[in-house]
Amino acid sequence: MPVNRETMASAPRTPAMRRDAMAPLLRPEFAHQLLELALSVAHADETELTLQAGSSALTRFANNGIHQNVAETQTTVSIRSVVEGRMARVSTNRLDPASIAETVARAEELARLQAPEPDLLPMPDPQQYPQVARAFASAMLTPEERAEKTEAMIAVARREKLTAAGVVANHRTAQALINSRGLEAYYEETGAEYSVTMQGSDSSGWAKASSTDGARLDFAGGAETAARKARLSAAPIELPPGRYTVILEPAAVLDLLGFLFWDFGGLAILDQRSFLTGRLGTRLFGENIHIHDDVLHPLQSGAPFDGEGMPRQRLKLVEGGVIRSLAYARQTAERMRREHPEIPAAPTGHGFPLPNEYGEAPLNIMMEGGEQTLEELIAGVERGILVTRLWYIREVDAYEKLLTGMTRDGTFLIEKGQLARGLRNFRFNQSMIELLNQVEALGIPTRASGEESFDMVVPPLRAGGFNFTEVTRF
Amino acid sequence: MKSLAQRALDTAVQQGAEYADVRLAEERHRSFTTKNGRIGHVADSESHGVGVRALVGGSWGFAATDALTPEGVDGAAAEAIAIARASARVQARPAVLAPEPARSGVWVSPCQIDPFSISLEASLELLFAVDRELRAVDGVTLAETGMEFHRTHQWFLSSEGADQEQTRTSSGAGFAAYSFGENEIQKRSYPNSFGGQHQLKGYELIHELRLEENARRVAEEAVALHQAEQCPQFTGTLVLDSSQLGLQIHESIGHPIELDRVLGSEANFAGGSFLSLDKLRHLRYGSELVNVVADARLEHGPGLGSFAFDDEGVPASCSDIVRQGEFCGYIMSRETAAQIGEPRSNGCMRAESWNRLPLIRMTNISILPGERGLSPDELIADVAEGIYMETNRSWSIDDKRYNFQFGCELGWVIRNGRKARMVKNPSYSGITTEFWNSLDAICSREHWTLWGTPNCGKGQPQQTMGTGHGAAPARFRNIKIGSAYAR
Repeated sequence: MPVNRETMASAPRTPAMRRDAMAPLLRPEFAHQLLELALSVAHADETELTLQAGSSALTRFANNGIHQNVAETQTTVSIRSVVEGRMARVSTNRLDPASIAETVARAEELARLQAPEPDLLPMPDPQQYPQVARAFASAMLTPEERAEKTEAMIAVARREKLTAAGVVANHRTAQALINSRGLEAYYEETGAEYSVTMQGSDSSGWAKASSTDGARLDFAGGAETAARKARLSAAPIELPPGRYTVILEPAAVLDLLGFLFWDFGGLAILDQRSFLTGRLGTRLFGENIHIHDDVLHPLQSGAPFDGEGMPRQRLKLVEGGVIRSLAYARQTAERMRREHPEIPAAPTGHGFPLPNEYGEAPLNIMMEGGEQTLEELIAGVERGILVTRLWYIREVDAYEKLLTGMTRDGTFLIEKGQLARGLRNFRFNQSMIELLNQVEALGIPTRASGEESFDMVVPPLRAGGFNFTEVTRF
Repeated sequence: MKSLAQRALDTAVQQGAEYADVRLAEERHRSFTTKNGRIGHVADSESHGVGVRALVGGSWGFAATDALTPEGVDGAAAEAIAIARASARVQARPAVLAPEPARSGVWVSPCQIDPFSISLEASLELLFAVDRELRAVDGVTLAETGMEFHRTHQWFLSSEGADQEQTRTSSGAGFAAYSFGENEIQKRSYPNSFGGQHQLKGYELIHELRLEENARRVAEEAVALHQAEQCPQFTGTLVLDSSQLGLQIHESIGHPIELDRVLGSEANFAGGSFLSLDKLRHLRYGSELVNVVADARLEHGPGLGSFAFDDEGVPASCSDIVRQGEFCGYIMSRETAAQIGEPRSNGCMRAESWNRLPLIRMTNISILPGERGLSPDELIADVAEGIYMETNRSWSIDDKRYNFQFGCELGWVIRNGRKARMVKNPSYSGITTEFWNSLDAICSREHWTLWGTPNCGKGQPQQTMGTGHGAAPARFRNIKIGSAYAR
């Protein structure tokens, strides 16, 4: 069936950065038209179509001025064809009928050239999804509005005689996933974000936040936090490497935790590449560690369905330090039941788009915390180190979850419950298993943003014996 | 296609751009993998679109769209202008471009065998043969193989009259064997980690890599690592294979010489650089044997950083970065070159795709081989006690590029000039300039390889770029070894 070119041209490419543009970015009838077109030329047993449309913009500043300022608009169609138990995926951003037909033909050709995949399941039937409203006009910032917010942050830098660098960004994206068995899933989301670094002559401070709702972001407040850290960490001293009690701010917690959750999928266990291999059901962390995955929590973002269209379920991953459950794509759950019937497995709606090697992972992490504010946590430390953020974290040892990385942009000596002064930055080599057994106190959880991991809801925490192994030159 | 690029450029100029350039590109990517005897994935993608960069009132705006229609490209040009006007409200200093003659040209990277013309069946057959070899070794618990191919066909037009058309084809392939046992996971990769070797070549690269011939040995090494001793902790002599030295160059020379980092543009994300302007031609970066170039010319080799023109239209060139140990050059854009008073850019602006702004990126940042004939065995023969390390496993460096730590997949204790026994979990750490000043030997040309790093991240929004790094095995004295496992 020919596609209505007018609908195609207007629906996904509606300018996204205007307040009046809150009509749905992707109309279901547009996705239907594309699927019908794909099916009209398909010879596959099953066909799945994923449509992603969106616009994003990012204003970047450094040296107290805007130096890069970008925007983009794009719509991509991805076809997954299944032919006699074999599958392939082909994607394009050409939406004309001939290109869609070519894309379908290429997916089918690539599928036919393979051997059958014995574990491949039929595509899922129609599913029910909870309603989530995550498209907010407050995230629709114009270039002028991004410039205003940037100006406000730079004003803080000028007042404090600091140099500011950072971003003000926003996006609007929509996704449709439909298949030839009648499954239909739609999701739309907005997002806004700031990140700011304030630099003094020998110190720096940083703050970052993101939200689907731009009204929740305090841009100038973030700049004040970063400026305060830069001011307080001026003239840093060097402490010898060693084991210290640390307060990790939420961004530091997030960037470390992010290295764990790729291992919380059933396929990672079957592949024996997970640090949880042989450790399911055991108490691996301290009793005060509770972590779950919940896409529907108001501080989270992301679609309530996975790469095949299965509804995402709430998962209790760690309870009292015990590994309670894993994420499962449909195919992984089936294989786990067959190969390890002793391990309870059922699809949880955390699968990546097929085909893929990695199966699934929980990506809406919520770590439970306590009642204390960050200031109260600091007040409870006789001598220790406050870490604002971490940088260039990499896995040194896959099974011990030994991670290395650096502190950055605000590392402080705590003495007698107060920030005493700034410190030169450390390199750490720290096992995550050990760290999560040494957590002494947890603060109030918040949605945190870092640079090494996806956003999460995590608390600040106090831990003993954090292993700093070297000190750098600044 | 080119007429749409010209239209976008004309619109930008008509609407007030002092300078504008347009990149319109068609891209194609194919990748496939196997895992434990089964297909991991088979995927093919294409993408096309246009990116318009405009300078208005000394400030930049950039807009990109995949709507390749007259209205679509006009809209992108107008949006770039509107964004530039908003940027001008918060201007630190007006952007000025170093002069560059407008050049025209058509260039196609050498590609003997078009990888998109090779049947998927034949390629999968090769990967499954490798997979069988890997899993034939007892103790291998996970075998992964893969290939990927990219082609970008791009037009670049500028308001100064540049008119360039480039087609670049790159290929990559490799495999890894994992072994889980005794409460540890060991891994060996071939010919390198990061998916193997990647170069600006066609399918001929796959034939050159001799994947199947190396599979059994690599799998056996992965399993043997379980029986090996832990790498000792000491300060002493370190010998690196060329792939690890390539990544060492990437992290501790390639990034700090980026002039945008030096000038503060990346302070919020990628970070700064210890190579402040006062250090240019006044810093002993390394020993006399350290000669490093940034070379995007094909004469240097088919690297992921080889091209005819960068994404500002500047021709590929070769710049000295470190000459006989002295730091003597940055990698630049036209704007940053002007900012530090250089007469011209050395052509290092590169964008991930049509929808991303060009940034200063590494081209091929390579250490030149030793002039005296020297083999890896001879390198080791002069070591009384030390460690040889091969194939990167972990990598980390601070945000000014001083303190680094690397882990490798495999190590050997060297005793009395010979590899004495295998060690597992080897690592080393140091301070960049101290490390390069400790280099006391590097192998000669016949042991030099131009490695491809396909996954270099930089920028906001983040962009991934392929970079090239030529390196030969080298020896370093007084290096801190085993530090990653320090307790």
